[in-house]
Amino acid sequence: MATKVTTAVMRQGLRVLGVAIRTEKAVFAAAVLLSALYGGMTVASAWALGWATQNVVLPAFDQGDITAGALWTGVLLIIGAALLKAVGVAGRRIFAGVIQYRMQARSRRDVTKQYLRLPLSWHHQHPTGQLLSNASADAEAAWAPLAPLPMAVGVIVMLFTAAIGMLITDPVLALVGFLIFPAIAVLNLVYQRKLSPLATRAQQLRAEVSEIAHESFDGALVVKTLGREAMETERFQRRAHELRDANIAVGRVRGLFDPMLEALPTLGVLAVLAVGALRLSTGSIDAGELVQVAYLFTLLAFPIRALGWVLAELPRSVVGWQRVQAVLDATGSMEYGAKKLSDSGPAELEVSEVSYAYGEAEVLHEVTFDVRPGRTVALVGPTGSGKSTLVQLLARLVDPSRGRVLIDGADVRDLAYGNLAESVALVPQQTFLFDDTVRGNVALGLTADDEEVWAALRLAQADGFVDRLGAGLDTRVGERGASLSGGQRQRLALARAVVRRPRLLILDDATSSVDPQVEAKILYGLRDAAEASSVVVVAYRMATIALADEVVYLDKGRIVDRGTHEELLGRCLGYRNLVTAYEREEAERAAIETEEEEEEVSA
Amino acid sequence: MSVEDVQGIRGSAERSALATIRRGLSLTPEFRKGLLGTLALAVVATVGKIIVPIAVQQTIDTGLKDGTPDVGYVSWAVALCAAAVILTALAGYVMNVRLYKATESSLATLRVRGFRHVHDLSVLTQNTERRGSLVSRVTNDIDQISTFMQWGGLMIIVAFGQVLVASALMFVYSWQLTLLVWVCFLPLMVALPRFQRWLSGAYTAVRERTGDMLAAVSESVVGASVIRAYASERRTAERIDKSVDANKTAQIKAQTIVGFVFPLTEIVAAVAIAGIVLLGVKLGLSGDITAGRLIAFLFLVTLFVSPLQTATEVLNEAQNAVAGWRRVLGVIDTPPDVADPAESGVELPRGPISVAFEDVAFAYPGGAPVLREVSLKIPPRSRIAVVGETGSGKTTFAKLLTRLMDPASGRVTVDGHDLRQVRFSSLRERIVMVPQDGFLFDGTLEENIRYGRPSADSEEILLALTELGLADWLEGLPAGLGTPVGQRGESLSAGERQLVALARAYLADPDLLLLDEATSAVDPATEVRLARALEGVTRGRTAISIAHRLSTAENADEVLVFDAGRLVQRGPHTELVEEPGVYADLHASWVSAARS
Repeated sequence: MATKVTTAVMRQGLRVLGVAIRTEKAVFAAAVLLSALYGGMTVASAWALGWATQNVVLPAFDQGDITAGALWTGVLLIIGAALLKAVGVAGRRIFAGVIQYRMQARSRRDVTKQYLRLPLSWHHQHPTGQLLSNASADAEAAWAPLAPLPMAVGVIVMLFTAAIGMLITDPVLALVGFLIFPAIAVLNLVYQRKLSPLATRAQQLRAEVSEIAHESFDGALVVKTLGREAMETERFQRRAHELRDANIAVGRVRGLFDPMLEALPTLGVLAVLAVGALRLSTGSIDAGELVQVAYLFTLLAFPIRALGWVLAELPRSVVGWQRVQAVLDATGSMEYGAKKLSDSGPAELEVSEVSYAYGEAEVLHEVTFDVRPGRTVALVGPTGSGKSTLVQLLARLVDPSRGRVLIDGADVRDLAYGNLAESVALVPQQTFLFDDTVRGNVALGLTADDEEVWAALRLAQADGFVDRLGAGLDTRVGERGASLSGGQRQRLALARAVVRRPRLLILDDATSSVDPQVEAKILYGLRDAAEASSVVVVAYRMATIALADEVVYLDKGRIVDRGTHEELLGRCLGYRNLVTAYEREEAERAAIETEEEEEEVSA
Repeated sequence: MSVEDVQGIRGSAERSALATIRRGLSLTPEFRKGLLGTLALAVVATVGKIIVPIAVQQTIDTGLKDGTPDVGYVSWAVALCAAAVILTALAGYVMNVRLYKATESSLATLRVRGFRHVHDLSVLTQNTERRGSLVSRVTNDIDQISTFMQWGGLMIIVAFGQVLVASALMFVYSWQLTLLVWVCFLPLMVALPRFQRWLSGAYTAVRERTGDMLAAVSESVVGASVIRAYASERRTAERIDKSVDANKTAQIKAQTIVGFVFPLTEIVAAVAIAGIVLLGVKLGLSGDITAGRLIAFLFLVTLFVSPLQTATEVLNEAQNAVAGWRRVLGVIDTPPDVADPAESGVELPRGPISVAFEDVAFAYPGGAPVLREVSLKIPPRSRIAVVGETGSGKTTFAKLLTRLMDPASGRVTVDGHDLRQVRFSSLRERIVMVPQDGFLFDGTLEENIRYGRPSADSEEILLALTELGLADWLEGLPAGLGTPVGQRGESLSAGERQLVALARAYLADPDLLLLDEATSAVDPATEVRLARALEGVTRGRTAISIAHRLSTAENADEVLVFDAGRLVQRGPHTELVEEPGVYADLHASWVSAARS
């Protein structure tokens, strides 16, 4: 990662800034013009002071008399320059903010649009935390140098004007300036180069300290139940102390350079006084000009640092920009066709020789099965057999590496955008609720009246608890449904699916957090109401499997067998072992007990 | 349970700003040590600011007297001043380093202390706050204090010093002009707190909008599959765009306020300078002031500018720092309601554990009772199943038994000792609970299992897995014990996480193992294998399972049946199933669910 201000980083950084300037031409022009006004007026205010010294103050003391005209001209010059400078400062700051925040917002919108556009397979390859920081911290970092940029441009104008002004006033005094100001600039550059790797390291450690705290507090129950508080504190303390040392290292550099950067222009002013006295003695300048140059030095000392601020932000900006750009450059969007499915009656599903791989590892191998309209098919298999991947293919969350998924004979890839979602509803294993109302979460963009929403909630056995929530359908569920229990969240997710009257309903272990008694009610309700749907259900529980017309048994990504529950029990060993595990165990136990009793009796 | 009713972590506006700072400083002795020296250095560094005006005054009044510059005098004066400048810069350097060391050391201590205290709080108190908010109490809040101490707090001292030193020198030069300068700047100083309130309102809006924006953005990532499945990309994009724009608008508004307030000082300074020229010339004519002193005034006025320009920001930081301090102290000053008796506590000897509940009742603060009048005895080495519907009180029973919470009335004893008198170190070693959610730390499988007993070597870990019948499962994993589990264990399936959590607890080698639906997400075949293995390895220990499957209850020595917070039935399965009651109903529904 780029942490130093190198030529390459500078070149890239300037290119990033170029993008912003091209995008926000007008605002940038306004910011730069106003900043130039600020730069020019800073020099002008020193000049006004010098003028007043030479034409008002010194004559008054030397001759004991001045004209009212000169006096008021001096006052007007001083206040006029300050007013214009204030306008420049305000405009520069405001417009710089406008560019910076607009670019930030633009990146955020583009990045999230891309998240919404890119296929789920792309999402699978990127950690959640990284994607979140691409849209927040990276978008912020990419455009951070825009804040001091107009000021830096203004400072360049300021230095240029000051240089010319000093040259006109006195070339020898100007020489002092030409020594001091480049020295300040170089010192600043050295400062930023020394500082930025240390600051990056401190930033990195800050993130790590935060990560440890997050993980440790998330696992608080484990820490407590195993009594590992001291161990956790030690782990945290190690990193906290590294952070402390990194911050102190930053402090040493700051502590060294800040006073130097302050002392250098002060020494410059003193040099001006010494050289100026010499020049005065030869009559090359007048006292007013001496005051003017000295004052200019005090005014320039601080703004010149803005050049350093831009440089300091560049490495971070380049990294942020590259990360944002990586998201924007990602290809492989889902392509949609123009076909439309009919909108009545249960759908027919056909899965034809479908394979799917996460990267190198193929998790589904040539899976073929079908669901005839109105039928319910259970997908059964041990943990890690590929069931969840398979249902994602059915709802076209991802596309198969090979093979086809057909609904009513149409390849799902040929359907128009949104058309599949009108016919197929998936209730995933991991429920996700939006920070919205109950109604918003169930309807999710569908125009459904309250009666329909309540009907769906009833079917999902969710009407009871929703009714008890403070504001009924209008209750907000909080971020990711935080105010609800796991079972309640699952039931809302189920209602979201059934309110759409899907022609194909896919349940991926969607009632695992619900009590068995409630689950049974839901399943019976669905069977009675789902006449208009075909259903694919992933399950272990016998009660769920029993509702299916047909069972597809999956192991290690392959279909091992399919048929009715009874047929599979009879001929498929793996299936029998899985679903009858409890019963067999019970039977064996009973047998052992009988034996033991018999032994006791015989003994 | 409604979490708002539980005794939460302190931290809002209970303490005044001054009291907060005093308490904060009392907890950080590292900061107070050497503070006076640092302050003295700060004063020296500040005095450096008036060197230039003095040099200007000396040059004009003495060096240029009578129109013939005294180059020798000016050179001497300049050299002296340059030496002073270098000296004050050195003082600045030493002061900065001391300040950074003192603040960072003291805040690191505070951070670690806060972290430890979060873990010492009861589960109940921890749950009154979102995790992110708890984390920020030991991260961002502390960082805010550190920023303030190293910049804002220092600025307050420097700014005060600068204005004070400048005013003192001004007063020496001319009291009339000093008065004039103060008359110009005073209204601005009075108005500053108002500007700051204005600004802080704008910044608060930015923070809130940023929070909304982050929440909206995270939906597009975390909810990706639901958004795809329901084709709600457009709706989500609209929500995100709205929040991003609202955030942008708030940011620009805050920036605009800063843009207007910031240059005001420059205008006031210009007015003061013009006033100095006007009044100064008049004073000069009557011989009350020299030209050099008058011109020195023009330089001295600039010393007022930067303190006032940064004042709003400094005040803002001060406010944030006090708020941060309150939140950090809020954690440290919240007494743990389930406290470790530590040294004064009892050490339990090793060996099978017996448990007794004597008239135990529990209610969440402000809530209805969730457990009433529970009395029971669990003899050592027994195998107990706890059953009941959701909300019947079985998890509360488990939490009381492991002392994650204390009973509201009655007492829980182990081996005859009140749980409240048992040292945590001993308690956590001998009684281990496996919660339903198998939380894992980001690391390898081996590291996670070793968490149960940090001294265990790889062979002991392998042995534990083998004893639990998980050797086959381990072999199927790509990198065996070295398999990375991902954040929160999310690279593993929910069932696999539970397997690791169980192995971790087993490795801890407790005398009482309590399973809270600890294998609920494991597939049936594996679960049966596991149940059998557990039966073997818990022989000789006390084992309590909160059951969600028929077989667990059937195999137990005794079943405890909870209903609506009461222990309604107890006895072996064979007896309970015969008598009409809660257990028989529950059993019937299990049977129908398993065999229909």
